[in-house]
Amino acid sequence: MPMIPYPFDYYQPATVGEAVALFVDLDARGKQPLYFSGGTEIITLGRINEVYTEAVIDVKRIPDCREIGRRSGAFVWGAALTLSEIHDARLFPLLGETGAGVADRTSRNKITLGGNVCGRFIYKEAVLPLLLTDSPLRIAGPGGERTAPIGQLFDRTLRLGRGELLVQAMTDVRYAAFPYVTDKRRKGSAIDYPLLTVAAIRAEEGIRLAFSGVCAFPFRSTEMELILNRREVPAEERIATAIARLPAPILNDIKGSALYREYVLKVTLGETLERLEKGVAIG
Amino acid sequence: MKAEHVVQLELHVNGERRTAVARPADLLLDVLRESFGLTGAKPGCRNGDCGACTVLVDDRPMKSCLMLAVESAGQAVTTIEGLQDEAAQRAFVEQFAFQCGYCTPGFIMNIVALSRLEPQADEGTIQDWMQSNICRCTSYEEIGKAIHVVLGKR
Repeated sequence: MPMIPYPFDYYQPATVGEAVALFVDLDARGKQPLYFSGGTEIITLGRINEVYTEAVIDVKRIPDCREIGRRSGAFVWGAALTLSEIHDARLFPLLGETGAGVADRTSRNKITLGGNVCGRFIYKEAVLPLLLTDSPLRIAGPGGERTAPIGQLFDRTLRLGRGELLVQAMTDVRYAAFPYVTDKRRKGSAIDYPLLTVAAIRAEEGIRLAFSGVCAFPFRSTEMELILNRREVPAEERIATAIARLPAPILNDIKGSALYREYVLKVTLGETLERLEKGVAIG
Repeated sequence: MKAEHVVQLELHVNGERRTAVARPADLLLDVLRESFGLTGAKPGCRNGDCGACTVLVDDRPMKSCLMLAVESAGQAVTTIEGLQDEAAQRAFVEQFAFQCGYCTPGFIMNIVALSRLEPQADEGTIQDWMQSNICRCTSYEEIGKAIHVVLGKR
C-alpha cells in the first residue's frame, strides 16, 4: 500500500510565469493542482486523504522563490526558503527564531516559509514576524503580479486567489535593530506540541504583538496593542483588558483547555511586556 | 495505477547512480527501501515526527517520509548503508547508545550531519537538532554521551 494512496503528476517549473501558466492549464483540465514548496503538509495530509491533488507544481527550483538577501533596504525572503535556511542566515533573528518554533530542526530542513504561511495547519509561527513588520508580500497569479503589505492580505489565513502563488516576502531592514521577544510555550517539555506562541517587537510607537495557538488562527491585533501600550495602567489590568478583546474564542482542545491557555497567555504577556518595557521611558 | 503516473527516476544514492520506476507520489523512504533494498531508513511514524527515517540529502538531514523520491533527483542521498566506520557509529557501539535499535540509523544520520555541518555545536544547537529524533526505549542518556564523544566534548 503506497503511503500516499492516490497518484499525481509532478512538475518542476523554472520560472514564476511558468508555474502560474502550469497551474492555469492543469486547473482547466480538472487536475486540482497544488503548488508544492516543502510539501510536508501535502504529504502528511495526503497520506490520510485530507488533501487530494492530481498534480503538484514544485516551486523549489524557481530562483525568485529561493532568493534570500537584502535589496533596496529590505530583506527578501523567497517563499521556498526552508525555515532552517532563514534561521541559519541570521539576517533577521526575530524571523529565524520564531520560525524555529515550528516542528523540529530536521523537519525545518524541508518546511518552507511559503508553506508555513499558506498551509492549512493553524500553527504558523513564521507568519508572526511578517505581521509584526507588516512585510509586503509578492504574489503572482493568472491576473499578473501584485505586492501588498501582509496586513492587507492576511486575515486568519493568507487570502490568495485561485492559482495565486506566494513568491516572496520583504521586510524593512530597520526592523532587525528593534528589541524583540519570541516565546513559544509548550505544555509538557521542550519536545512537545505547541500550546501558544507570542512574538513582539518594540517599535517607535510602542510594542507590537502577534499570536499563534491562542485562537484558531494566527493574528496581530492593533486593538490589543493599544490597550497593552497604555503604560500608565498596571500591566495586570492591561493584560486582562486585552485578553477580553481577543478576536475569537481561545482554543480549547486536547493540547490545552481554553482556561489553561488563557493562564499561559497571561503569564507570557506579562513577561513579554516586562522584557520590552525595561528601560523605555513612559510617554 | 495509470501508466502516466509512473516515471523512471534516476537518483544518486550512497555514491552510486540508481534507477527506479516509481510514482511521483512515492516517498523517498519507500523507494529507498522497496526499490533499492536499503532498509536502514526505518518507517516509524511516517508523519515526520520520529526521525527514524532520517537520511542525508546533499549532506543535510532529511526525514525521508517527508520527501518525494522525485524531489531528490539531482541531489546526493546518503543512507546509513552509505556510512563507513563513522565516528558516530563507533560511539554508539562504545556507549551502548541503543536498546531495540530501531531509531539508531536515524539518530546516527542526524549526528553525522551535525558533526559535519556544526562541528562546534553548543548544547543549545545539539538539543535543537536532536529533538528531531525519538527513542522509544529512552536511551537518551547514552545517546547524549555518544554525541558528546563525536563532537569531542568528552
